[in-house]
Amino acid sequence: MAFVSSGYNPEKPMENRITDIGPKHYEQFYPPVIKANKGKWAYHEVLQAGVLKHVAESGDEVYTVRCGGARLMSVTHIREICEIADKHCDGYVRWTTRNNIEFMVDAEAKVKPLIDDLESRKFAGGSYKFPVGGTGAGITNIVHTQGWIHCHTPATDASGPVKAAMDVLFDDFKSMRLPAHLRVSLACCLNMCGAVHCSDIAILGYHRKPPMLDHEYLDKMCEIPLAVAACPTAAIRPTKVEIGDKKLNSVAVKQERCMFCGNCYTMCPSMPLADTEGDGIVIMAGGKVSNRISYPKFSKVVVAFLPNEVPRWESTTDCIKNMVEAYAAGANKYERFGEWAERIGWERFFDVTGLEFTHHLIDDFRDPAYYTWRQTSQFKF
Amino acid sequence: MAKHETPLLDQLESGPWPSFVSDIKQEAENRAKNANNVEFQVKQDVCEDILGVLELSYKHGRTHWKHGGIVGVFGYGGGVIGRYCDQPEMFPGVAHFHTIRVNQPAGKFYNTEWLRNLCDLWEFRGSGITNMHGSTGDIVFLGTVTEQLEEIFFELTHKHGQDLGGSGSNLRTPSDCIGEARCEYACYDTQALCHFLTNEYQDELHRPAFPYKFKFKFDGCPNCCVASIARSDMSFIGTWRDDIQVDQEAVAAYVGGEFPPNAGAHKDGNWGPFDIQKEVIDLCPTDCMKYEDGKLEINNKECTRCMHCINVMPRALKKGKETGLSILVGAKAPILDGAQMGSLLVPFVKVEEPYEEITEVIEAIWDWWMEEGKNRERLGELIKRQGFQAMLDAVGIDPVPQHVKEPRSNPYIFWKEDEVPGGWQRDVNEFRKYHQR
Ligand code: HEM
Ligand code: HEM
Ligand code: SF4
Ligand code: SF4
Ligand code: SF4
Ligand code: SF4
Repeated sequence: MAFVSSGYNPEKPMENRITDIGPKHYEQFYPPVIKANKGKWAYHEVLQAGVLKHVAESGDEVYTVRCGGARLMSVTHIREICEIADKHCDGYVRWTTRNNIEFMVDAEAKVKPLIDDLESRKFAGGSYKFPVGGTGAGITNIVHTQGWIHCHTPATDASGPVKAAMDVLFDDFKSMRLPAHLRVSLACCLNMCGAVHCSDIAILGYHRKPPMLDHEYLDKMCEIPLAVAACPTAAIRPTKVEIGDKKLNSVAVKQERCMFCGNCYTMCPSMPLADTEGDGIVIMAGGKVSNRISYPKFSKVVVAFLPNEVPRWESTTDCIKNMVEAYAAGANKYERFGEWAERIGWERFFDVTGLEFTHHLIDDFRDPAYYTWRQTSQFKF
Repeated sequence: MAKHETPLLDQLESGPWPSFVSDIKQEAENRAKNANNVEFQVKQDVCEDILGVLELSYKHGRTHWKHGGIVGVFGYGGGVIGRYCDQPEMFPGVAHFHTIRVNQPAGKFYNTEWLRNLCDLWEFRGSGITNMHGSTGDIVFLGTVTEQLEEIFFELTHKHGQDLGGSGSNLRTPSDCIGEARCEYACYDTQALCHFLTNEYQDELHRPAFPYKFKFKFDGCPNCCVASIARSDMSFIGTWRDDIQVDQEAVAAYVGGEFPPNAGAHKDGNWGPFDIQKEVIDLCPTDCMKYEDGKLEINNKECTRCMHCINVMPRALKKGKETGLSILVGAKAPILDGAQMGSLLVPFVKVEEPYEEITEVIEAIWDWWMEEGKNRERLGELIKRQGFQAMLDAVGIDPVPQHVKEPRSNPYIFWKEDEVPGGWQRDVNEFRKYHQR
């Protein structure tokens, strides 16, 4: 494994340096039919789950076949996507915001061979490589964060629970039977890189134990002021501790103030908080981002904690499946998950889903909490 | 024979949904075979070690990554996330495992030639594992060693004309919905604006000078497919201010069952025949529609452009002709003081090159936030701390009723001295002439 230089000269980093050129210009990547009709689309129709037809004012048509994918993707897999795009789509392909892959063709006759090709490809382990679906009133791909594959503060994995959940929700990825579309998201800690706080159903990793303190190493490995400043609830203060006959600079954590965010660990590796029993999953529900009919909404916590059950997170996937079925049975056409819960009332929501209401679900975090309590004599028995 | 046994991960290979475990295994095999004689610049068995360390996390229920400290490329304050494994002896292939954020093209369209170039580069100088894409929008190259960072950046910029995305306290990589490229609802060209602003603000993207991160997202219409209203400090949502265009013949075709409602998105449910009264008129949140004698009427003055009727009957109803966008500010995830949705700042602006009406607002907001924002204070938190009024004042926008859902329900108005006739300087002795002590 010999080092191969790119041409970069570490002695003179500024030599020939190119910076601030930004991304590639999008236009060079448009398929011809997109380029020709951009801004002049007349209407679209979902022909079947995973297949969209867009018709332009010119009469041109583009057929899109959408398929799911793990967002964690190898170059071998991307090359296979390229091979498919070359074979069917003149070498163009795109990704959606929710990690789906879209293959576009310009004639209806090209759709079936493309779908057949996509559906025929499987991984050695047996799963589909390119399941077609994810449109309309169904469940599309789960957007998610890194989890145990790459981050330092996760309270759960990301790719694993997503795979387990999508296996369970697969039929709804491939069909459009629900009252409205239903978006599921996952973030592996409360920092929520994936911004799951407005999803119909959100899976959120959560720690439940404050950081441990590696006093002997803390001052050597960390800048104590940075660790103190990192804490959003001001739970950390500098202190001195005695270990044996040594007096060491370290920190103390006011444990009841800790919200388990892991920011201290980001700043200071001597403050780890991950824990097998402590860590697990919070389920939230009822959020949306679209302005359709009702205003955008935040998701609400409906299950305070489920354990990390590797490798398939059964309690989590059961809980989600159960909520999806209750929604499918109870909601009106066009009604999003949160609109349904608000119409029937959250007290009825716990009734029909059979989810247990515990004290954890009553907001006690700062000022906005008050606005979530019931200030009326109206409620349902 | 695999380098590490992975009995737990192996159970994620079955089931219909694409298995990331099978994919990483496939990449491990690809590297082991090395059919193209690539001179790998990170360990050949790196993918085996990824599986190994992940299996260990499954066994322990805990991550095995440490925060990366400061790594990056010369002159940039973002684009690289440092990452080290806490079991480097067991998994030397991933001892260093830094990510690189590659700024995706607007709309996420690609041609295969360019994608293959990226694959070749990442197979050669990295783990061969990516995220397509990260939550912000970037292509994420997952896992390389410190010595390769400058080499990768050099090749990206010199060979592929491609720059890194943002991370840290700076402008994060902007992202957009597909918009006009393939969506009839789009009220402006999201790709054009996204690309323009990304390039206009390269300095802000690469060199952290902000109190904290700052995100732009571009949605072509109020359906908000990229969720800009929930996850960007500044959200640009397409809209219009004239009338919804109605094609009465097409309305009749929906009523007659010729066209599927909601563009066919409910095809697999048993919803019965389309009922325009129940499914459109009665669900309009402003009650501004009427269907009488086979004719649809919209009182456009009362319409709040929620998109529902257009979504249900896209062949009959189209957005207005006078299109533009609304700017909302301050959305963020919950940490710390709770989640915030974007709040409406600019109800309407036309989207016309060179976009000066938009950049003026952006720069005024940045000036205020950089002046007043505390370290690690998101724009939304600053707005909450100092008040919406303070922001309007700072950016020179006049208050309008559209800015609020409802007026305040407490009367505790902080009057300013110059708003009160005569000011606040008074003579108490003059007062005492009429009021005994
Ligand atoms: C029938 C009406 C709709 C049409 C024709 C439509 C069209 C589209 C299109 C073309 C995309 C791909 C855009 C991209 O990834 O850049 C998309 C994705 C998306 N749309 Fe819509 N949209 C509709 C309604 C809605 C509504 C009401 C919402 C509100 C929540 C919504 C939320 C989303 C989301 C979250 C995505 C990302 C999905 C993915 O990437 O798989 N859409 N939609
Ligand atoms: C103090 C709070 C936060 C910390 C310490 C933090 C830390 C991190 C770290 C370490 C990563 C890299 C993960 C990896 O690739 O190894 C990351 C990624 C990311 N963060 Fe955060 N984060 C915070 C808050 C947020 C918030 C509030 C958002 C969004 C509103 C966000 C959005 C993202 C996104 C989009 C990524 C890309 C990761 C992905 O695509 O999975 N972060 N963050
Ligand atoms: S959500 Fe938390 S654990 Fe997950 S990638 Fe983001 S910072 Fe890391
Ligand atoms: S985990 Fe978060 S809240 Fe708890 S001590 Fe660390 S920084 Fe503070
Ligand atoms: S946000 Fe609106 S314009 Fe953009 S893709 Fe979604 S529906 Fe189309
Ligand atoms: S867009 Fe919404 S508010 Fe406007 S007429 Fe249609 S349904 Fe009513």
